[in-house]
Amino acid sequence: MTTVQSGVVRVRKPVRPTRVILSIVGIVVALVWIFPVYWMVNSSLLPNVVLQSTTPSFLPFGGSFDNFAAVFEGGTFFPALGMSVVIALLVVVVCLFFAFLAALAISRFRFRGRKGFVLAILFIQMLPAEGLFIAQYKLMASVNLLNTVLGVSIIYIAAVVPFTIWMLRGFVAGIPAELEEAAMVDGLSRVQAFMRITFPLLAPGLVASGVYAFLQSWNEFTVALVVLQSNADQTLPLWLRGFIQASASKAIDWGQVMAASTLVALPVIIFFLLVQGRMTSGLVSGAVKG
Amino acid sequence: MSTETIDGLALAETPRLPPAPTPVARRRRPAITPYFLLVPAVVILAVAMGYPLVWQIITSLQQFGLAQQFGQPAPFVGLDNYVKLATDPYMWTVILRSLLFCFAAAASTMVVGILVALLMRAVGTVVRVIVQISLLLAWAMPVVAAMTVWNWLFDWRRGVVNWALTSVGLPFKNHNWLQEPLSFYLVALIIVVWMSVPFVAFSIYAGLTQVSGEVLEAAQMDGATPTKRFLYIIVPIIRPVLSIVLLLQVIWDLRVFTQIKLLQDAGSIAADTNLLGTYIYQLGTGRSDFGTASAVSIFVLILTVAISAFYVRSMLKEDES
Repeated sequence: MTTVQSGVVRVRKPVRPTRVILSIVGIVVALVWIFPVYWMVNSSLLPNVVLQSTTPSFLPFGGSFDNFAAVFEGGTFFPALGMSVVIALLVVVVCLFFAFLAALAISRFRFRGRKGFVLAILFIQMLPAEGLFIAQYKLMASVNLLNTVLGVSIIYIAAVVPFTIWMLRGFVAGIPAELEEAAMVDGLSRVQAFMRITFPLLAPGLVASGVYAFLQSWNEFTVALVVLQSNADQTLPLWLRGFIQASASKAIDWGQVMAASTLVALPVIIFFLLVQGRMTSGLVSGAVKG
Repeated sequence: MSTETIDGLALAETPRLPPAPTPVARRRRPAITPYFLLVPAVVILAVAMGYPLVWQIITSLQQFGLAQQFGQPAPFVGLDNYVKLATDPYMWTVILRSLLFCFAAAASTMVVGILVALLMRAVGTVVRVIVQISLLLAWAMPVVAAMTVWNWLFDWRRGVVNWALTSVGLPFKNHNWLQEPLSFYLVALIIVVWMSVPFVAFSIYAGLTQVSGEVLEAAQMDGATPTKRFLYIIVPIIRPVLSIVLLLQVIWDLRVFTQIKLLQDAGSIAADTNLLGTYIYQLGTGRSDFGTASAVSIFVLILTVAISAFYVRSMLKEDES
């Protein structure tokens, strides 16, 4: 039986060595892209003695969480984590609120100056941080907001809000205004119709934009580097850079540095992967309901 | 005209009439509402982007150095800063380096991204999912963490790259990659391509789903080679995706501040490896020469806006449709 079946399969699909070769190439590509991530985690588990040997250890046998313990003992990780969390939350909440109002304006209304505004946000979102950070540094220095959560957050919100408006505009425009109108015919007020009909349909859009804002502010380095210059007030990316420099001033302990990297990266990776799935399913269910 | 008066009436009456009169009347609110909705976004953009931009334009026309940091008035010098830059060979070196790096990075990213996307289409489900998971993981890495790992991979003493090259017999024992500008940029290029390919590959892969297998099969039966099928069938269909992705890459690869800065940290001479971003940083925070730094920033902004214009135009089309 099995021979017959495999024979049949072979007749239909003539032997394709190219497919095998392509699969091998695919695996190699996957390995190349995953390797740095794997190497970070692998090295973070190994003691420095092992990392300093001439032959690298490709598996974390005999590894431990000692490097992580050492990073925590340094005592600077949690303040930086706290600062990053506060800034990210502030940016996400404020940015979503501002962007939501603006997205409503440009997708539900036609008004004079609308096109100019859309043009402006599209251009602003392309502006590189390097093109403005010196001026933003001077601005924050002049209002005494250097080294503060508020100072960094204001710049982050302004940097993230244009693209968030653009993203949300797409979601709002995707919900037909007729749905709201139908609800209003059925006796709901405009606000009620909006809150009960449009808002739930908009949830996936808000999640997607919120994640975007979160990742942007969590990973941002350039602005943080110029605005946060005191060692006491640092976000995680700055903290990681400082940690490497502190370690490099002695003989650099790559195990601890990789543990520090893992601590910065792991939450983001988990969050990114979780939300990827949820965002798509949210989008699908939204489309089905609509 | 008539509808407007009806609208006005309907609006005036709505508070007293619970059942909604006509949906159309509800939608045509007085024109003031959208402006209210825009106020918060406009205010924050004006404060954190507009004001610094104006300050920067003014400062780029002034002599603004250390003395001005300590409160002395800044003399107006017209276009002196710009003239000084235009006649400074170092500035031209930095511009040329930035453009070359941007071109090399964007081109390599596109080529690799397209190949990976085609590969994902060609292989079976299992291999494709494996490739997608590993691309996603690389994509999710925060840039500073990724740079740290790459510094470790290319570490001159115990880096796994030197170990691998040495073990296949190449003379890379204790080779310092970051010392020579050229190999510094090669490392930066590899890192930037590694970071950017996931986005490019996923976008192009999504575009490829629009290419129907039947058309490709038909072309194959008519004798079109794989290259011809790619150039004359696939590329025209995915051209919109390709052009947008390429444009974004060019813009993003002009702003590789974080990557270059963190590689410089790891041990190389900044003056030999500066690109536009790190040069501005050095001028501003290092030498407190805010006049010149502002002038370079304005140049970067103009360059970005010029390149973005095409992207913005295609986005506007989407907005109008």
